[in-house]
Amino acid sequence: MSNYLIKGGALADGSKRDLYIADGLIVEKGSAITHPAIASAIVIDASNSLVLPGFVDLHTHLREPGREDTETVLSGSRSGAAGGFTALSAMANTSPVADTAGVVEQVFRLGQEAGLCDVFPIGAVTQGLLGKSLSEIGAMAQSAARVRVFSDDGNCVADPMVMRRALEYIKQFDGVIAQHAQDPDLTQGAQMNEGIVSSRLGLRGWPAVAEEAIIARDVLLADHVQSRIHICHLTTAGGVEIVRWAKARGIQVTAEVTPHHLLLTDDEAISYNPVYKVNPPLRTQADVMALREGLADGTIDIVSTDHAPHPTESKECEWQEAAFGMIGLETAFSIVQATMIDSGLMTWTDLVNRMSIAPAKIGKYEKQGLDLMVGSPANLTIVNPSLSWRVDRDLVKSRSRNTPFHGLELPGVVIATMFNGNVTHG
Amino acid sequence: MKHLLSIADLTPTSAMSILDTAQEMSRVSASSVKKLPTLRGRTIVNLFLEDSTRTRISFEAAAKRLSADVINFSAKGSSVSKGESLKDTAQTLQAMGADAVIIRHSASGAAQWLADSEWMSGSVINAGDGTHEHPTQALLDAFTIRKHLGGGTGDLRGLQVAIVGDILHSRVARSNVQLLTLLGAQVILVAPPTLLPVGVESWPVQISYDLDAVLPIVDAVMMLRVQLERMNDFFFPNPREYSHFFGLNRDRLRTLKSGAIIMHPGPMNRGLEITADCADSARSVIVEQVTNGVSVRMAVLYLLLAGLQEEEPSVNS
Repeated sequence: MSNYLIKGGALADGSKRDLYIADGLIVEKGSAITHPAIASAIVIDASNSLVLPGFVDLHTHLREPGREDTETVLSGSRSGAAGGFTALSAMANTSPVADTAGVVEQVFRLGQEAGLCDVFPIGAVTQGLLGKSLSEIGAMAQSAARVRVFSDDGNCVADPMVMRRALEYIKQFDGVIAQHAQDPDLTQGAQMNEGIVSSRLGLRGWPAVAEEAIIARDVLLADHVQSRIHICHLTTAGGVEIVRWAKARGIQVTAEVTPHHLLLTDDEAISYNPVYKVNPPLRTQADVMALREGLADGTIDIVSTDHAPHPTESKECEWQEAAFGMIGLETAFSIVQATMIDSGLMTWTDLVNRMSIAPAKIGKYEKQGLDLMVGSPANLTIVNPSLSWRVDRDLVKSRSRNTPFHGLELPGVVIATMFNGNVTHG
Repeated sequence: MKHLLSIADLTPTSAMSILDTAQEMSRVSASSVKKLPTLRGRTIVNLFLEDSTRTRISFEAAAKRLSADVINFSAKGSSVSKGESLKDTAQTLQAMGADAVIIRHSASGAAQWLADSEWMSGSVINAGDGTHEHPTQALLDAFTIRKHLGGGTGDLRGLQVAIVGDILHSRVARSNVQLLTLLGAQVILVAPPTLLPVGVESWPVQISYDLDAVLPIVDAVMMLRVQLERMNDFFFPNPREYSHFFGLNRDRLRTLKSGAIIMHPGPMNRGLEITADCADSARSVIVEQVTNGVSVRMAVLYLLLAGLQEEEPSVNS
């Protein structure tokens, strides 16, 4: 294992510190490293850059097992490393579904074999994601993968009694239910945000209330049974209000927002280009501004990508035939910088909190989301905020090309990523 | 103009030019030899991926009266029903040398998606895409209104038109609202709130839930087809109640102002949104709409294809 000297960079608070990395750990931190083995270290030039704790993405779809044509744990890990991530949570909607210890251990092991970041499988709440009966939550929690986050993402746990029982049951493992808030009856056949644009385009509307009604119900249920609820990919101003209210009441609720919902609006659907088709849908500019505000004030705890790879043929078709979802690992940091930092809404310390510390806490990922202290595992990313780059879907590390940001010039370049002291990108 | 995908593609001038051209074309249809040599040698494909006999034969008649070669490609029995993608179908038509593709599709936006793709180079004409638009229907409706109420020339300024029924799922309504407004008419939408889209308040129209209040003030009333399946999705309690509030019947017919016309894009549900005595009354122009449909579609094909031909440099020159 090589040792490294990260030289000339600044930490999130702006202070200039060099880091000496050996045996996977941060061994020394200071303005002049004095370690005796320093001469043998590989020097990483971090001048003009920030050295930040590695990003943690609580919401990705790595598609393995089942859809290895669109992504694998290895290709997804590469994509994550390129985006500055050192930990990825892999959603359970694989084939077979990750609803048993066997499947989550397989995904966990594939992540270790890839060795580019931690891959933490998320367990399904219900068998087959069907919303009927609980999956083997205990077995998954006790497995080698030590699952703590459970989600039927892609589907909503719609039955209130199933949700109540799941929230109660996970308390014994200190787990959390990550809810995909979407009332299925209110969104049958829905294609895009219901509003002015959908009325013109003749695409079936997906009302904000379909998301907000479930969020409201679930924070009340979590309050009632004193359990932890995490709201996946919040998209509406009303949803932000409900979460803000629940937090003020002391309910154990956390929430996430995706980079694409921080930037794009339902106006994109005017092109009928299915690359903009996503679940939950792109909303209005007023929603985008409320999400940014919520992320800035901490109502929304974290940024997660909902990285959702799809094959070309699923996006090169009529809108209503197309699959929902976008890839996002490699553009996440830049979108957050553009929307939250460059706009003056957040500091770099806030960004580290939302993209590393807070998601690791929600998932109980103990070796992730740590401050860059001597003795901590060297999970970090080096970013240069003053450089910019142009997104090219043909150059992504993901196996899929369905990025809505193709051709866009974005600020902020991930110079290097380090996972347990190994350089995984750069 | 290369494609006709949406009324939004038109200006008042280009819309008027289509109507004026359709006026010329109607003379051809009225003469004993219903044929012009204009599009001889051009290949036009009717790509109908959703059932529609009426619109397809209207376009077919229009193309044939302009001497174009017409190929009918419908979903049943074609490769599309075997799972071929729109991309493969489009590339196949391109390889066969289609100069224009008239597309009917159940997916909103399919026509625009086809035109924006690089899969084929010909013109695309939207013959109805999902619940989005049906521009040639709106053009034939405007043509019919102009003929009866505008003296056959000029725009539709000063006229009021009611569109009644299932606005939410109607591509005819979406195209008509834009075109009639573009031509200066005022549109009143009449429907139960369940059959109006969320966001309709942004449309340049008046909204009413009261058909009886609207009928005496409008110059034309356009009844939309109501599909009985909608009842199962809770849009209205039952057909009787729908007809009671939003159906055109003999009693309501009497309240129309003199000279007002009754329209319907077809096919009608006689007894549901319109009774037989209204559909067959002297005020009904429903059959004439069909005739005008051919003239308007001839005009669209002529303006898109004959125009393009002139722009292209001749190989021999």
